Amino acid sequence: MTFDHVLRSFLLTEIVKGFLLTLKYMFFVPRVTINYPNEKGYISPRFRGEHALRRYPNGEERCIACKMCEAICPAMAITIEAEQMDDGSRRTTRYDIDLTKCIYCGLCQEACPVDAIVEGPNFEYATETREELLYNKAKLLENGDRWEAQIAANLVADAPYR
Amino acid sequence: MIESLLSLWDPYGIWTAWTLLYIALIVAGVLFFVAYLTYAERKVMSAMQRRQGPMLVGPFGLLQPIADGIKLFSKETIIPSQANGVVFLLAPMMLFALSLVAWAVIPFDKGWVLANINVGVLYLFAISSMTIYGIIMAGWASNSRYAFLGGLRAASQMVSYEVSMGLVIVCILLCTGSLNLQEIVLAPRPVWMQILLFPMFIVFLISILAETNRAPFDLPEGESEITGGFMVEYTAMAYALFFLGEYSAMILMSAITTTLFLGGWLPPFGIEFLEFIPGIIWFAFKTALILFFFIWARVTLPRFRYDQLMRLGWKVFLPLTLFWVVMLSSVLLLTDSLPS
Repeated sequence: MTFDHVLRSFLLTEIVKGFLLTLKYMFFVPRVTINYPNEKGYISPRFRGEHALRRYPNGEERCIACKMCEAICPAMAITIEAEQMDDGSRRTTRYDIDLTKCIYCGLCQEACPVDAIVEGPNFEYATETREELLYNKAKLLENGDRWEAQIAANLVADAPYR
Repeated sequence: MIESLLSLWDPYGIWTAWTLLYIALIVAGVLFFVAYLTYAERKVMSAMQRRQGPMLVGPFGLLQPIADGIKLFSKETIIPSQANGVVFLLAPMMLFALSLVAWAVIPFDKGWVLANINVGVLYLFAISSMTIYGIIMAGWASNSRYAFLGGLRAASQMVSYEVSMGLVIVCILLCTGSLNLQEIVLAPRPVWMQILLFPMFIVFLISILAETNRAPFDLPEGESEITGGFMVEYTAMAYALFFLGEYSAMILMSAITTTLFLGGWLPPFGIEFLEFIPGIIWFAFKTALILFFFIWARVTLPRFRYDQLMRLGWKVFLPLTLFWVVMLSSVLLLTDSLPS
């Protein structure tokens, strides 16, 4: 207990310093959080969100039922059944993704030779029941149609780094 | 029946009605300020922690306290099966009622006081000491170890800091010569007296933090060690009453500090031309400043350890305030400026 120590404890210098620091943070340091539902943060073009099946500009499905994604999926979340169509093309009759199993690793979109299955920028698809997260082909195609513009832009933005 | 109705018109009846109206006004005002104190606390804390705070309910989250209130009202009050039901429910009611009762003697403006009694200061400290009973009752009736520890901590903490608070009050009384809060506000205070009282003001500020169980002295709650202390078994309205009690005690303590040290409803530093602003505005402004200090301290300082708290109360504040009482009275006596 030196004199200096006693003086500092009675004049509360350290506590006053702490108080000034918090006051500085209140008025002069910008906020780090955003007002989420009304403003949203930046999302990388590589963001791996909700899955989507894409189409060619003429409306034809990209997917050729090669089952590469099904084979590579580490969580075994993808189930595909395929058949030959009347026009001779090979198409999926069933394309299910169990989003409760999916670990969002992005290997399906890496494996896809025709950029059909992609993980889009959407992450706001919370549901009230588990069943709603078992996506089928119709739902995935609908997602593709809905997010196509942004997905295409993201693929172009990421292309130079691949 | 008719005669008793008519008797309401005699002066005594009108006086009663007027008093009841005044009480209702004070209670409504205090509850409104409690609601928005919680909002202010969350906003100030989040600003100091670089967050946004409540933003969703209403513009800038201004309706958040109302949403919180509705939530607490609509939940179920659970009484633990091992608890003493009557005391369990009585405790929060008592705490809340006591924190409202004390407002009777606070002068909001010149003459704006419900009960202008001569021993206002004594009344305030009698009431604020009694709030300990509410907490001890809650801690005991819950029949839970955490609650019991919290109650014990609250009791010893509040008693310890009441002692030095009492001596600080003695300093004020030596300077003003009255126990009436209005006269304390109006008593002349030369600059040298204010300088001598300033250390006591700091001691009082720290003591009211301990007295209202606020951070950094919130050991009775101590959520990291005893998970909420005496409030741990409480839910819904009973919990809300504790919450209201704690926050109205905060406002009350700020109002007392304003009255004793900051000149109540008078404009600051005796500046004459600011007197066009109504006294109640000045009173509210000064009280809000002290409340800001409460929140500021909560953001800035980590919680004390229990032995540190006791050491500060008994080994630092008690000798310091005792010395100050002796010193101040000697100065007053030697300069012949004791109030008559």
